[in-house]
Amino acid sequence: MEKQVFQQWNGFQNGAWQERIDVQDFIHQNVKSYEGDDTFLEGATERTQRLMQKLNQLLSVEQNFGGVLDIDTQEVSSLTAYQPGYLDKEEELIVGLQTNRPLKRGVNPFGGINMARKACQAYGYKLSDKIEQEFQYRTTHNDGVFRVYTEEMRKVRHAGILTGLPDAYGRGRIIGDYRRVALYGLDLLIQEKQQDKKQVGEQGFDVEEIRLSEELYQQIQFLKYMQEMAQMYGYDISKPASNAREAMQWTYFAYLAAIKEQNGAAMSLGRVSSFFDIYIERDIESGILTEKEAQELVDHFVMKLRMARHLRTPDYNELFGGDPMWITESLGGMMENGKTLVTKNTYRFLNTLYNLGPAPEPNLTVLWSKQLPEPFKAFCSKVSIDTDSIQYENDDLMRPIYGDDYGIACCVSAMKIGKQMQFFGARCNLPKLLLLALNGGFDTFSNTQAGPEGTVCQDDVLDYDKVMQQFKKYKEWICELYINTLNVIHYMHDKYAYEKTQMALHDTEVERFMACGVAGLSVLADSLSAIKYATVKPIRNGDGYIVDFETIGEFPKYGNDDDRVDDIAKEILHDMITELRKTKTYRNAVHTLSVLTITSNVMYGKKTGATPDGRKAKEAFAPGANPMHNREENGALASLNSVAKLSYDDCRDGISNTFSITPQALGSEETGRVNNLVMILDGYFLQRAQHINVNVLNRKTLEEAYEDPAKYPNLTIRVSGYAVNFHKLSKEQQREVIKRTFHGAM
Amino acid sequence: MGQCNMTKGYIHSFQSMGTLDGPGVRFLVFMQGCPLRCGYCHNPDTWHRNTYTYCESPEQVFDRIRKYKQYFGENGGVTVSGGEALLQPVFVKELFALCKKHGIHTCLDTSGCIINENVLDLLTLTDMVLLDIKFTDKRLYELYTKADMDIVMDFLSILEKRNIRTWVRHVLVPECNDSKEQLLRLKVLLAGYTYIEKVEFLPFRKICEEKYQTLHLEFPFAKFREGNQKDVERANAVFAS
Repeated sequence: MEKQVFQQWNGFQNGAWQERIDVQDFIHQNVKSYEGDDTFLEGATERTQRLMQKLNQLLSVEQNFGGVLDIDTQEVSSLTAYQPGYLDKEEELIVGLQTNRPLKRGVNPFGGINMARKACQAYGYKLSDKIEQEFQYRTTHNDGVFRVYTEEMRKVRHAGILTGLPDAYGRGRIIGDYRRVALYGLDLLIQEKQQDKKQVGEQGFDVEEIRLSEELYQQIQFLKYMQEMAQMYGYDISKPASNAREAMQWTYFAYLAAIKEQNGAAMSLGRVSSFFDIYIERDIESGILTEKEAQELVDHFVMKLRMARHLRTPDYNELFGGDPMWITESLGGMMENGKTLVTKNTYRFLNTLYNLGPAPEPNLTVLWSKQLPEPFKAFCSKVSIDTDSIQYENDDLMRPIYGDDYGIACCVSAMKIGKQMQFFGARCNLPKLLLLALNGGFDTFSNTQAGPEGTVCQDDVLDYDKVMQQFKKYKEWICELYINTLNVIHYMHDKYAYEKTQMALHDTEVERFMACGVAGLSVLADSLSAIKYATVKPIRNGDGYIVDFETIGEFPKYGNDDDRVDDIAKEILHDMITELRKTKTYRNAVHTLSVLTITSNVMYGKKTGATPDGRKAKEAFAPGANPMHNREENGALASLNSVAKLSYDDCRDGISNTFSITPQALGSEETGRVNNLVMILDGYFLQRAQHINVNVLNRKTLEEAYEDPAKYPNLTIRVSGYAVNFHKLSKEQQREVIKRTFHGAM
Repeated sequence: MGQCNMTKGYIHSFQSMGTLDGPGVRFLVFMQGCPLRCGYCHNPDTWHRNTYTYCESPEQVFDRIRKYKQYFGENGGVTVSGGEALLQPVFVKELFALCKKHGIHTCLDTSGCIINENVLDLLTLTDMVLLDIKFTDKRLYELYTKADMDIVMDFLSILEKRNIRTWVRHVLVPECNDSKEQLLRLKVLLAGYTYIEKVEFLPFRKICEEKYQTLHLEFPFAKFREGNQKDVERANAVFAS
């Protein structure tokens, strides 16, 4: 593109960003690092408080209505399907709702009409005949997938060996670079995409090129719809934003367009706070904005994010409890030139947790570096202790891989914003795979031959080497099947539910990841450790299949910083990704692996028989990469060290650890607690760990909230890569959270 | 110096993270064996040396500690507690020597009830001491701990002479050692010691009763009520008066 000059850019430093779409360069040239403390922060304005009061009332009605306030069953959700909606038109500084009323959910049947139907029914609504008819002759993503699924794929899905696959709902995990709309305006973005489209097929039209050309057509079309949508609210976003308020409004419109078009599982925001800071600093310097007003804008922007909703089925909620959106905003981190990306606006985003109260969304994620300014570290630590609402990820680990303008999608999935995306692949149930290997492919839970028929283990005492040999065979089988299953899913998702808006806010040439995952890592590691170091006797049912175990003697358990078992966990992951890489992926996506469960650890456990580590049948797994509940005997740091050993090189899609500690265990007084948490984070991340959720609370608080929900109505806790309002979890999920290890004072 | 890598420590347990026993984030080593029999002792399982869990060389213990070095920062480090660490001064000294060599802060949590040459040696490598005074008159001290309070006061003088940072910790047992008179006496006892940085009152707790039951021992202080935050505040006020 030619060098652009807009009067909206007056006062900005020039750079390559004017000659190409390059938000990262714009930030490099213009961002003002902030090394100071939090004393400049302002509280909520009266206007903000009035709006928040209104929102809180709606939220409590929503809760009383069983989690859904209202559903529009007449229209299929799209960018322009609904009339403009407001929380309070006169008061709100940032506007735009998914439907015509706050918290009212739209219907999005592109993933699958059946899911949409079931979701309506679950909340006492009926999908309108109009939509039913519209989709009668329409192929959804779900239809496409099931036209192609082989019998084998259906079986492993049904048996719960591969579960949570995005074959009936939007895959998500794509971050549009929503900032582009603010920086460049839609005219220029459309023009650039049109330019790209012209070049497609110059070397001849093969399948790849034809697909790309059609995708670009759709991208351009949806950028135009976005413009139309903004116009309905009275805004022209064809040109760049000219001040801070517009920058936030334009960016929000872009995000809003994405969540009107798609209902992806996790639709994250990216990394907007320090980008906004550049506009805020310019406005403050020119005297058109005060600190109080800047905070008010951020508060209103965040309030909008807190109102985002998707319509889900009860099945879905079992996997992803608490109605999460994963509007993940990545905060802080360092630049490649050694300066920090912490700005005053990073503080303002965290300050919304005080001004608006703790809440799970947006999913505030601090990119932690040893080099972060110390006052910022201390402030984060204080916010964690006060609100349990933020998570931390290792910037020193990820920056060398993704540069300094990456964001986190969902919980732990890093990607360069606007340049990389992923094909979300849910996860494989590892303990179940072990049981399958022992039983020659037979699943005693679903009573089916779920895997290839092999010999059923006949030994009276399990032999480690023999078990590993057998496990290896089944691992090879599932890894190939896993990739092929994901290939089917993502081919169909691209074909029938392509994310036009979000991909329009990516470079035309993107790098893709095939994001596989595992669940039950600690159960498998401890089980293999038991087989290796203790005596494990299988117990068989009448048909000769193993259904339980008698484990005699001590064995090392993951979570105690004991290499004997931690190495087993490490090797499981290394072998898994090595095996996955052997199968070719759709669109040449790069294979990645995550150790993350969301809340599905409860459901996975429910579908899995007893395991050699002593876990009973149906008992929940530990979430993500966590050690199994209450098996940590050497204290908090030992537990962290075990998790830190898992290699990010093997698990580029992230390693999630949820850490709960009592306030008393963090220190006897507040300053000490704040400093100690900083030390814990520094120490953990220096060992190349990737992620940690921090909860500072007593188990008793959760028990009381479980018994008497009215006692702590706004109790927000971190569960597994995200935060939830405790009361939005199912009772079963709540019980699992209560059972987790709370590192207490000695 | 220079002698024995043969020294082994008898250890009750390790804890990878402590924040209540000394400054910052700390690794805790609980030694096995104690000459005192305090009425409120919450670790009766550490009294007898022969019921140890680990018998390890200073090097072995240090290998456990070094894995957590990155969490310590400038304030944190290692705290050796017990049981009574001063019962195994040679082992602790060698362990502290390794810590100092690797720049790890050393802290001793003790009753100060033993003074001998090895203990004095150990203090040369000790950055700070947490000292539990327990009682403020000789009679009660002997009655409830079976030991001699004079030694503890001598120990405190040695710390002062050697410029070793000291935090005094005092368990408040209601209606036993928390009267105004006793607290004021404590204040007098501690007056003039410039290296005492703070005096911390801890409320008496009975969560250890289960341990006594398991060991088939009578819990001598079962008759006293548990302390609470109010008791601590009151003591702080008296102490500050």
